[in-house]
Amino acid sequence: MTENVFDVQNVVYRYNTEVTALRGLSLQVARGERIAILGANGSGKSTLLRLLDGLYFPESGSITAFGEPLTEERLQDDTFAFAFRRRVALVFQNPDVQLFSPTVFDEVAFGPLQLRWPKDDIRRKVNETLDLLEITHLKDRSPHRLSGGEKKRVALASVLVLDPEVLLMDEPTAALDPKSQSMVVDFLIGWSGGAKTVITATHDLDIVSEIADRCHVFRQGLSVAEGTPDQVLGNQELLESSNLIHAHRHAHAGGEMHAHAHFHLRHEHTHAD
Amino acid sequence: MTISNSTTAPRPPTSPRKHRASFVERTVAELSHAMEQALYAEELAHANGLLQQLDPRVKVVGLLALIIAAALARNLAVILALFVVALVLALLSRVPFRTLATRVWLGALLFTGTIALPAIFITPGQVLYRLPLFGWPITMQGLSSAAYLISRVETSATLALLLILCTPWTHVLKALRVLRVPVVFVVILGMTFRYIFLLLQTARDMFESRQSRMVGALDSAERRRVASASVGVLLSKTLNLSSDVYMAMQSRGFRGEVYTLDEFQMQPRDWAALAGFLALAGLAFWLGR
Repeated sequence: MTENVFDVQNVVYRYNTEVTALRGLSLQVARGERIAILGANGSGKSTLLRLLDGLYFPESGSITAFGEPLTEERLQDDTFAFAFRRRVALVFQNPDVQLFSPTVFDEVAFGPLQLRWPKDDIRRKVNETLDLLEITHLKDRSPHRLSGGEKKRVALASVLVLDPEVLLMDEPTAALDPKSQSMVVDFLIGWSGGAKTVITATHDLDIVSEIADRCHVFRQGLSVAEGTPDQVLGNQELLESSNLIHAHRHAHAGGEMHAHAHFHLRHEHTHAD
Repeated sequence: MTISNSTTAPRPPTSPRKHRASFVERTVAELSHAMEQALYAEELAHANGLLQQLDPRVKVVGLLALIIAAALARNLAVILALFVVALVLALLSRVPFRTLATRVWLGALLFTGTIALPAIFITPGQVLYRLPLFGWPITMQGLSSAAYLISRVETSATLALLLILCTPWTHVLKALRVLRVPVVFVVILGMTFRYIFLLLQTARDMFESRQSRMVGALDSAERRRVASASVGVLLSKTLNLSSDVYMAMQSRGFRGEVYTLDEFQMQPRDWAALAGFLALAGLAFWLGR
């Protein structure tokens, strides 16, 4: 039997007791799975990631991580907190939130320093991670002088330095140019290698089949559908009702207006030898 | 597609009155200018010069020692000699004199001169000259105290600016640890420096976006209302950002205590430079007693 990394049961979460972000959500994530959480803005995707990272705690319901309850009290315990932070990493949607250190090197070193790794190990691991993401040349730069794509790479490096077992990605391709989007997707494909668990919250349907083996579709704080990327992307009614695709109106020659459901997917192609 | 030039279309205001920037807009523009200057300073800090190659801790301690020596010296020649040392350091560190003149010398002269000017006339002593019409005496002692004040300020400010211009700001902050500044203070200063740019950029974007939708000038009450609303929005964004940053820190293991990596390593030339700075400061202190 495959071990569950996360077990979410009937979780309810509210912001300021007024806005309900999650309404009794239940789902399981097995070790080594690549899951995409699909949903429109405000459907509860980011909230779920923060709950899974132990930054928010449910109002009711429960979350189990690696077989242990993930609660505020458990995270007060240094041993549990250090082990959990080492195993689970979250990449925020806005890289500016995550890049708070004066230089790129300091940023990547921040996590290992807080987990009290030996300083020589930190230097070695930081340099290896900078090499892995091809950003060694940026190591003395200040984050405010980086481009959007470079910031995303640094944000990734800042969590990958800990070699986490679970990677939570919040809208990894948002506000990136096509080349940087491609870099993030290629990295996710290459990094997981089947052994890591990756949970990606996104409404970018273009990347789903490449980064996920299983999808959950969120609507108003609930998972309304679950399936493989092919099953989910093939269900036009589901995507439309979840605001993931939209009606595309355009005029044909002669002025006739025409509307059809529309979303963007990578085109199929063949490789010429 | 054509755009009709209909008579019913709104016309631009006929008044040639130019839009006068509000206080907040001018402040944001000035802060943006300061941002550009900070970027220029960062480029200079990576130039291939004498001070740039030294360990930041040596620069903090060495230049601070020279500043203290200049402040304590009671001999004008010694202070001027320290000023010459600062000029030589600037030359060897590829810092243009023009930058020093615009950033320090003119400002310091104006500011200190305003304070020193009355001393020339009111300090009792040997009268050298009397101003025509007013008959105010210029005394030897008055001139001397003004010269001391101005030369001390110019020398100290030049040395301090050399430290800032020849060292990345992030390294200056870290080097403060050598002066026993608590690590949490250094980290907070570093984060402030990091996010001030982001918030300035946000503020500038907000003002530009408003500007792009404005036709004509607003009256002063309306300008104040818009400015205060913008300040409110910026504050709200800042609070959200600070909450998210805190969570991003927690997510990577932050538990209330900050740990930093000190990657500075003293080389033989750093020790030699430190010895040189301290010897020079000691000599200036001894000669200027």
